Amino acid sequence: MIHFHQVSKRYPGGYEALNRLDFELQRGEMAFLTGHSGAGKSTVLKLITLLERASSGQIIVNGQNLSALGNRRIPYLRRSIGMVFQSHRLLNDHTVFDNVALPLVIAGLGAAEIGRRVRAALDKVGLLNKEKLYPLVLSGGEQQRVGIARAVVNKPPLLLADEPTGNLDPELSREIMKLFQQFNQFGVTVLIASHDVSLIESLSQRMLTLKNGRLTSDSKAHEESLRQQ
Amino acid sequence: MKNLFGSSRRRTGATLVARESLQRLSEQPEARPSAPASRRRFGAFILLHLQAFVATLGQLSRTPIATLMTAAVIGIALALPAGLYAVLSPIQAHSTQWHDERQMSVFLKPGISDAQASSLAGRLRTLPGVSQVKLISRSQGLEEMRKQSGFAEALAMLDENPLPALLVVYPTPSPAGTSPAQAVTELLTTLRALPEADAVQFDMQWLQRLEAILRVVERGVTLLAGLLALGVLLIVSNTLRLAILNRREEIEIIKLIGATDAFIRRPFLYLGLGYGLLGGVIAWVLVTLALGLLRGPIEQLARLYSSDFQLIHLSLTGSLVLVSLGGALGLFGALLAVHRHLAAIEPT
Repeated sequence: MIHFHQVSKRYPGGYEALNRLDFELQRGEMAFLTGHSGAGKSTVLKLITLLERASSGQIIVNGQNLSALGNRRIPYLRRSIGMVFQSHRLLNDHTVFDNVALPLVIAGLGAAEIGRRVRAALDKVGLLNKEKLYPLVLSGGEQQRVGIARAVVNKPPLLLADEPTGNLDPELSREIMKLFQQFNQFGVTVLIASHDVSLIESLSQRMLTLKNGRLTSDSKAHEESLRQQ
Repeated sequence: MKNLFGSSRRRTGATLVARESLQRLSEQPEARPSAPASRRRFGAFILLHLQAFVATLGQLSRTPIATLMTAAVIGIALALPAGLYAVLSPIQAHSTQWHDERQMSVFLKPGISDAQASSLAGRLRTLPGVSQVKLISRSQGLEEMRKQSGFAEALAMLDENPLPALLVVYPTPSPAGTSPAQAVTELLTTLRALPEADAVQFDMQWLQRLEAILRVVERGVTLLAGLLALGVLLIVSNTLRLAILNRREEIEIIKLIGATDAFIRRPFLYLGLGYGLLGGVIAWVLVTLALGLLRGPIEQLARLYSSDFQLIHLSLTGSLVLVSLGGALGLFGALLAVHRHLAAIEPT
């Protein structure tokens, strides 16, 4: 689903965010991307969604080679990726329903279809009774769940999250992570950037650790090597 | 739908509910296979435009004062040249009409009697280049003057008729737009040489001068219209620049979740079109009001010149042109703003 091969990202001014990064995420897999801030977690997510382009190396997402993908195709790439952000990035002057409906509106779906899918997505995150409210009256956890509903409403095969629990207390964080695990159980590939190592370790999922733009450990590879021994 | 709401009522645990709804979500068909893809895409296209259109109406009506102020600026800028054109065009139409009505006035010497004048008129009718000769006898002239010009009292005080007899000679019309042809000049010479003639007046020069003045004014109005159209473009472009910057956050978010540039551009283009059309309508109202106020004095003026000067007004075509010109300028201004500012907004 995601394939990084010798990917480097240098910013103007010489700062090197990623240094010849190699990793692979299979279809239907779930992994956490962790490391200190500045280790390159967000950069990885930005490269996958083409918010930025790699300086060198090859990235393949959902069968598409991103370096060969023209700017005009970027919107369609992003539609196949559900994204969840630390700051939620909701439209505060629109209702919960409208926020979740946005990806479907962009795709040009009819009102009936939109209504059905939005309610299914809101039901999934447990906010069906709050569709008429505005994001600012919701709690942080609820806002994040609206963001998640928006990310999954058009059923993308890949779900990315950048510090989705960054502003939440441990209890809520665990709930949000469970929600991601549920999506994964239904075949969605999930990649979550988070520095909350204690939470991640308790979830026993694959963990990719970055340091200074390099992959320093991959729990899956570690398990495999243990198995081989 | 029923299933959806039905199941949500018997939720037993968050996990179970999530599982159920996920299953339902994955059961939904990706797209209805019955409709052909091209028709579906066209339907989506229309739908997106409708959505953008309705959203624009909503946006304009949510801030009525600001909307009206912007539209009024556009309206005033459009009303000025439109009003000038509305006044100019009937004058121009008349000046060409006068061209065909050109005439030579032969004032006869005071001693010439009406009978002599009548026989002279008969002789002149046979001259080449003359299409018609009209005799206005001394008494007729006096009568006309009394009726028209409000000199009645002054004339009553005179002992005898001071007016000479007048022969109005109409030359055969030369092709429109050409200067007085050779024939006309020759005719003029012949008329001036008549022993009975006291003076011959040919009212061509003032008409040519009027036309020259009109051409200058028209050029000026065109220049003014061009400048004001440029002004409208800048107004719309700047208003939309602010609208775009105001919605920066929103634009970033919808770019993040896969909106195409066309999708993002659409509501702003409709906004520009809306401002332009509204400005056009305001311009129409302003011009109509102004012409209504001018109508009385202009009619009086026309009556003094004993002209059947037709009432100036904006025709239906003119009105449509005015409003659609407003719309076109608004759309173009929006295109300028969108081109310059939307590309600069990229999500991070």
